[in-house]
Amino acid sequence: MGTNRRKFLNSLLGIGGIGALSAIIYPIMSYLVPPKIAEVKVNSLKVGPVSDFANINSKIVKFGRTPVILLKDNQGNFKALSATCTHLDCIVQFDNEQQQILCACHGGRYDLTGKNVSGPPPKPLKEFNVNIIDNEIRITSQEA
Amino acid sequence: MEKNKLQNIENWLDERFDLTPIKKLITHKKVPIHNHSVWYYMGGISLFLFIVQVLSGLLLLMYYIPGEDNAYESVQFIVTKVDFGWLVRNIHSWSANMMVFFVFLHMFSVFFTKAFKKPRELTWVSGFLLLLLALGFGFSGYLLPWNELAFFATKVGTDIVGVVPFIGDAIKVVLRGGDDVTGATLSRFFGIHVAILPALFSVFLVIHLIFVQKQGMSEPEHFEKLDESKKKYIPFFPNFVLQDALLWIIVLIILLSLTLFFPWELGLKADALASAPIGIKPEWYFMFMFETLKLLPANILFIEGEVFGILAFGLAGVIWLFIPFINFSKKKELNNKIIRWIGIFAILYIVIFTIKGYLI
Ligand code: HEM
Ligand code: FES
Repeated sequence: MGTNRRKFLNSLLGIGGIGALSAIIYPIMSYLVPPKIAEVKVNSLKVGPVSDFANINSKIVKFGRTPVILLKDNQGNFKALSATCTHLDCIVQFDNEQQQILCACHGGRYDLTGKNVSGPPPKPLKEFNVNIIDNEIRITSQEA
Repeated sequence: MEKNKLQNIENWLDERFDLTPIKKLITHKKVPIHNHSVWYYMGGISLFLFIVQVLSGLLLLMYYIPGEDNAYESVQFIVTKVDFGWLVRNIHSWSANMMVFFVFLHMFSVFFTKAFKKPRELTWVSGFLLLLLALGFGFSGYLLPWNELAFFATKVGTDIVGVVPFIGDAIKVVLRGGDDVTGATLSRFFGIHVAILPALFSVFLVIHLIFVQKQGMSEPEHFEKLDESKKKYIPFFPNFVLQDALLWIIVLIILLSLTLFFPWELGLKADALASAPIGIKPEWYFMFMFETLKLLPANILFIEGEVFGILAFGLAGVIWLFIPFINFSKKKELNNKIIRWIGIFAILYIVIFTIKGYLI
C-alpha cells in the first residue's frame, strides 16, 4: 500500500518534471531559431554599362540574396553564375588564364557553364542569363 | 609577527568554515619523480594560459564592439589608438594558440602514459571536453575581428556542420543566426565566446582539477613496479607548485617575446561580395581537418565526400572520448598495444596532414 502510493507519487513527480523541463526547453529552442525575414524575389538585375568591363573581367554582384559572378570570357562573351561554391559556401573567382571558375577554399574548379570539373565541389553552379540591352548588362534568373 | 597575523586569520576562518578538508586536498598529494615527470607540468601550463586568456579577454571587452559595422574598426582602434592595445590583443591571440597547443600536448602525454585508466576515466572525459571547448573558443574568437580570413573560415566551418545528416541544417542556422554568415553570426559568436564558453569551461575546469587533486598523479607502469624504497616523490605543496610557478614565468616570457616579435595581423575587413582569397587557411589546429576535406573526392560510396569526412571525424572523436571505457582485447598486453597504436596513428595523422597543409 505504502510503496504503491510512493510509486504513484514518484511517477507523478517524474511526469511533472519532464513536462516542466520541456516547457523550458521548447521556448529556448524556438527562440534560438532566427525568424525568417521576408525575401524580395528578384528576377532581374541591371549591373551597369558594358564599358565597366573594359579593364576587369569579372565582378561579383548581389542578386537578391545570392551572390552572382559576372564574367567576360576571352571571346568577349558575358556569363553569369551563382558565386557560392557548392562545396562549403565560399565565394568563387574567375581564373582568366585557365578560363575556369576557381574556388580558393579547397581548390574546386568549374568550367564556364558552371559544371564542376575538379576538386571537391559536388554540384554545378547555377547559371544565370545575361542580356545586353542598349549597352547595359542585365542578369536574369533562368527560372523566371 | 607576520606569521602570527596570518595564523590568526586562518584560525578565525577555520572556526567559521572547517578548513581541514581543503588543506588536506592541497597537501596530501605527492608527485612521482621519474624520467617522464615533465609531462606533469603540461596541464598546469594550459591552466596558466587560460587565466591569461580570461584576463586579456576582459581587457579587450572594454573596447571591442560586435557588429558588422563596428567589429573590425574597434579591433583596429584597439591596436592603433589604445595605449598598449596592440599588446593586449597580441597576448590574447598568441596565448590562445599556445593554450590550444599545450592542451593538445597535455592530452597526448596523458594518453601515452595511460594515465586515463581506472580510476581516472572521468578526468579524461572532462579533459577532452575542455579541449573541445578550447577549440570552440578559438573558432568563435577568430571571427570576432570580422576580417576576410575569419569570414571565410567561419563560412566553411559552419557549412560543414550543416552537412551532418538530419540535425546539421538546424544547428547551422542556429549557429549562424540565419542562412548566411552575417552580422547576426557575429553577435552569436560574440555571446558564445565571451559568455557561454567561459561559463562551460569554468565548470569543467573545476571538475577536472578536483578530480586531479583528489586522485593524485598517476604513476606510469615502470614506476609503479619499482621497490617502494626506490620510488621518489616530491610534495605537491609547496615544492611542485613552486616549480609550476617558475615554469609559468618562463611561458610568460616566451609569450611576451612572441607578441613583441610577431604581431598578430588584422588583415582586410570581411566583404560578403569578395572572392575567397587564394591561399586561404584555417587556424593551424584545424589544418588537419581542412586538408582532409580538400583531399576527399566529391563522392565516396553513395555519399558526398564531406559527409563521409565529418562522420569519420565525429566517430573518431567519440572513440577518443570513451577510450578509457573501451576494451579492445581481453589480454592486457594486446589491449595496451592497440591503444598505443591508436595514439600513434592519431598523432601521425594530425602532424602529417598539418605539415602537408602548410607545404603543399
Ligand atoms: C573569459 C574569457 C574570454 C574573453 C572575455 C574573451 C574575449 C575576446 C574578445 C572581446 C575578442 C575580440 C577582440 C579581438 O579579436 O582581438 C576575442 C578574440 C579572440 N579570442 Fe577570446 N576571450 C576569452 C577567452 C578565450 C580563450 C580561452 C581562447 C582560446 C583558447 C580565446 C581565443 C580567441 C581568439 C583566437 C580571438 C581572435 C583574436 C584576434 O584575431 O584578434 N579567447 N576574445
Ligand atoms: S568551398 Fe569551394 S572548394 Fe570548398
